[in-house]
Parts: sequence; structure tokens; C-alpha cells
Amino acid sequence: MSDVKNVVLNYVKKEYLEEDDDREITFETPLISGGIVDSFSMVSLLVFLENKYNIKIPPDEATPEAFDTVNNIAVLLKRYKVE
Amino acid sequence: MSHIGDYNNRAKNFTWAEAEKELGYGPGNNINIGEYCTDRICRMGKGNKTALIWEGFGDQSRVYTFNDMRLLTNTIAHYLTTLGLKSGERICLFMDKVPELYFGFLGILKMGGIAQPLFSAFGPESLLTRLEDAQTSAIITQKKHVAKVRNIINVLPHLRHIIVVDDDGSKPLREREVAFHMDKAERVENFAVYPSQAETPSVLHYTSGTTGKPKGAQHVHYSLIAQFMTTRYVLDLRDDDIYWCTADPGWVTGTSYGIIGPWSSGVTQCVLDSGFRADAWYKFIEKHKVTMWYSAPTAIRSLMKEGTALVRKFDTSSLRHLCSVGEPLNAEAVIWSKEAFGKPFYDTYWQTETGSIMISNYPGMNVKPGSMGRPFPGITATVLDLKTYEPLDRTGVVGLIAFRPNWPSMIRTYWNNESTYKSKFKNGWYISGDRASIDEEGYYWFVGRDDDVINTGGHLVGPFEIESALLEHEAVAESAVVGKPDPVNMEVVKAFIALKPGFTASKDLNLDIMNFVRKRLSPLAMPQEIEFVDSLPKTRSGKIMRRLLRAKEWGEEIGDTSTLEND
Repeated sequence: MSDVKNVVLNYVKKEYLEEDDDREITFETPLISGGIVDSFSMVSLLVFLENKYNIKIPPDEATPEAFDTVNNIAVLLKRYKVE
Repeated sequence: MSHIGDYNNRAKNFTWAEAEKELGYGPGNNINIGEYCTDRICRMGKGNKTALIWEGFGDQSRVYTFNDMRLLTNTIAHYLTTLGLKSGERICLFMDKVPELYFGFLGILKMGGIAQPLFSAFGPESLLTRLEDAQTSAIITQKKHVAKVRNIINVLPHLRHIIVVDDDGSKPLREREVAFHMDKAERVENFAVYPSQAETPSVLHYTSGTTGKPKGAQHVHYSLIAQFMTTRYVLDLRDDDIYWCTADPGWVTGTSYGIIGPWSSGVTQCVLDSGFRADAWYKFIEKHKVTMWYSAPTAIRSLMKEGTALVRKFDTSSLRHLCSVGEPLNAEAVIWSKEAFGKPFYDTYWQTETGSIMISNYPGMNVKPGSMGRPFPGITATVLDLKTYEPLDRTGVVGLIAFRPNWPSMIRTYWNNESTYKSKFKNGWYISGDRASIDEEGYYWFVGRDDDVINTGGHLVGPFEIESALLEHEAVAESAVVGKPDPVNMEVVKAFIALKPGFTASKDLNLDIMNFVRKRLSPLAMPQEIEFVDSLPKTRSGKIMRRLLRAKEWGEEIGDTSTLEND
């Protein structure tokens, strides 16, 4: 599971933080409600997860709450046997 | 009883002089929006009244009185002049919804500058286009956004100052960058406000069109007259209200009704700068006892998705009046809000160019769910025949929404683009670019855009700007961008892409292109869906027929294809 979390965390750091942004991001950092990933950008994070793990997450499960932290995302992925 | 009272009576007797009198303005007088929103309110004896209650990410909060706001806007205005900035220079605000953005806006106006607010989610390319066009002299920003400015600074020789409002000294600032801390700076008690006149430029909001680069809609200080009056009669703001406008001042609603309207009325407002979460929004209403709430259909539909059970967990009984703006408010949302809050959202319609509300539903007026409402008193509106541009004389027929340009907040031009501004007028009418019909009771009913501009989440996105960015991706040979229906955002961006030889469509390429646009332009502009095609439909003269692709997405008739190129 921590491998999955690290993959997601590294992707978030690489894709959603500006190069000079030195904010510390952990598995528990709020991504959506913390202003790191906005609701439009969340779609690209969803596509990344679907591509990476070859799964399909329906819109009603891809909620801001489910994507709000790396830990939450890991819980969501676990339902798709990704861990 | 609402401020507007009976709509028909108000419309019959209305003149803009009513607002001038209320604001103590007479023709030829100085009129400075910054002064009107701060010093004047303090002179009215409201200096100790709360002006702004702000909450941000991570439980941050700050509260300011009108006197604080007067002093801080003085301080900012003074600071800008010490940098050598002069009246008429464009000063960009590129920040999240922090207090420095709100007070910076008024400070710029106080020193005679032209405020150029830009959405902080814009990427370097969107930023460059707008700063280059406006020949912007300074940008006020936050540490987290400064990298985007650094990416483009070398091609912006006229940008003399990058003012960072939250620099903590952890990394050295670079050339042209300066640190300024609003709350720590010595407060300036007296500042000689720039003696702007009615026609002095005030604000430059960039807006997207179907073709060409985004256009700088140039407003003037006299816009205050319309923004003040519409705040009174549409938003129905009262002295004891706690007002919450959810719009970002990077867009026109966030300045006209997130700064100018409420504060020129001396009303307390709240700002929540922590993105969207239904429970957090309801908690915010409960905590601050919000009475008047101005939001957007996208947000309302997102709240609807969470259901009324969530609403019931919070005390939202303080809400007195609700309004919506940005895109048409569907009937279901109006009906839902009655169920959830005991009152409907009142839809309002206007544009960046109009500067203030043009068509609306008013407190006390019968709301027809799904209707845009009726023209604001003093506004001459109609729908024009699509071909002749003459007003339609029959109800229920779809035409172009148009206005006689005689209201105070109409833009005076597009920056550096007078010819496009002039092209917006036909037969003496300002053509909005939106289609609607009027029913027998004079209510307007929105139909859709008359062009290819995409309205996503209440923000207009130009397909040309996205197509131009896509062409910079190494794999893209050509593209067409259209709006695709979306249950929450009304439309989202969809791109049809033909690849260059040697590139193959794949899921990874799809994501790479999405991120490419998101980072260059903005998350709003990022295609939420990409369809790879062998070729795009074109006219015989080689112009891509977006219309066909859009019709396919919306399940509409394709229409005339006689000019379509044969493969």
C-alpha cells in the first residue's frame, strides 16, 4: 500500500506544485480542500490513476472527499484491488 | 419589503441619477471607486464596522474593519507610488482570494492605476498573453505563484515590479522582485487619492472570444453607479447583512459584486478561500450567519449532488436572499434550493463587458424557474433577429440578446482592440453573443451562446487559445476544441486531435496533453476529454468546422454542410 501512496504522492508533487513551491506534502495533506488540486485538475489526477492501475472509477466515486488526501485515494484504490 | 419594491413601478420611474444622488456624485465631480468603498464609508460613521471576515486554507482567519481597510488600501496605494508606479499604469493582481487581493484592488484604484485581476490558476502562457497585451507594469502575487511569473519574465521588459505579499525570506528574491507585507507595513493615515473622473479607466478584465487572443475589457470609475444600484435592487443588500459572494476576483463577478458593490454600500462580507466542499460551505454559512449569498450554478449543482440531508446538519436559517450568476440556472436547481433552504436562488445575467447585472429575477418578483428574469430598471434590452439585427416583434422566438449602450458600467473599449469593440455593435445595439427568447410577460429565457466560446463552470474559455496551445505539443498536428455538455459545469472542454505522423494515440498521450494544457493555460482550459481523429471536418477553404463537432456532442442537427470539404 505504501508503494501506491508514494506513487500518488510523487505524482501530485510533480504535476500540481510549481517548481519553486516548497510546501511539505504528506499522505494526510488536504489536496482538494487545501487548494493544491482544484476540481478541474482533479480530472487529470483521476485519468492518471485509471491509466496507471488500469481501472475505471465511476464519477460518483471520484468525489472531492475521495481525492482529498493521498490516504483517501489509497482507500479508494483498495476497493479496486490496487494496494 | 425589498429595496426594489414593485418591479414594474421601479422600472417605470428609474433613472441612474438616483444612484448618483445616493452616492453624492454630480457630473464633473471626482469619482474614485477605492475612495468610495473605504474613506467615504468611514466618513459615514462606519469605520468600526466589520468590512471583511476572511477564512483561508488550514484554519487561517483574519477580520478587518472599514477603517482597517481604509488604512491598508492607503498603505498599498502609497507603496505602489514609492515604486514609481503612476496613474494609468496597469497593475496586475495574481493571487488566491486572500485579503491582499481585495485591498490591493482598491489600493491600485486609489493611486490611479488600472487594476488587472487575473485568475491565480492561470498558467504561464495565459499569464503572458494578458500581461503582454496590457503592457503591465507591476504584478502583485504570492510566493506560490511567483514561479509562473519567473517563467515568462524575460519576455516582459515592461514588467518592472513583481511584488510578493507573503515572502518569508527562505529563498532569495530575484531581479525585479520585492517583498511587501500588507499587515506588517506601517499604516498610512492620509493618502491623496487620485482625482479620477467618471471616464478614468479603472479595471481591465480579460475575457475570451471565439477567435484571437483574450481581450481586455476596459472599465471606468463611473461603473460604480451601476454596480452600487444593482447591488441594492438585485442583491437587496442591507446595512445589517452578512454577505458572501463566492466568485473569485480574477473574474468580473468577484470585483463588481465581490468588492465594489458591497463595500460601496458599507456592507460586511465574508470570503472563504479554501476551495469547494459542501460541508465546509454550509459550516461557513452557519458560523458567520450569512444572510445574502451570491453563488454560481456549478456550485449549486455540486451542492445538489450532496443532497438536502447534508444541508439539514447545519443551521442555514440566517439566509435571507440567494442569487446566482455565471451561466443559466436550471429550473431543477431553483426548485432544489427552495427545498434545501426554503427560498429559491434568483438567477442574474450579465457579462464582463456589461460590468453589472443586466437581466435578473428580483426579490418579491415571481420567479419562473429556469428563466433569466427581466431587464434591470434603466436597461433597454431586447432580442434581435439573427440575420437582420432588428428587434423581434414576436414573443417566444429565439434571437440575440442585445442592449442599448446607455448604462454606466458598459466597458469603454477593449484594450488595444477598438475594432473588435466596435464590431460588438449593430444598429445601435450592443450584441451580447448569447441567444434567448422573451415570453409574453417579458421574462427572458436563455438558449445558448451564439459563438464557439465555452462556458465551463461559469467561466468563458476561448477555443482558439486552447487550440493554439495544443499546437505547441509535439504530437499534435491539428485540433478543434468545443464545449461538451456536463451535468455540473454546464460545459467542459473537449478536444478533437489529429496527431502528427509517428505519434500513436494512447492513454498516456491523452494524459500528457491534458496536463500540457492545464499547466500552460489553466485547469479550466484543460480538455476533460480528448478524442483522437484521423482528420478534422473542414470547409473547402480549409477552416475547421467546430460547429459540426459541437453539434455531435450536443446531439443537435448538424445543419448546412454544403461547404464541407470532401475527403
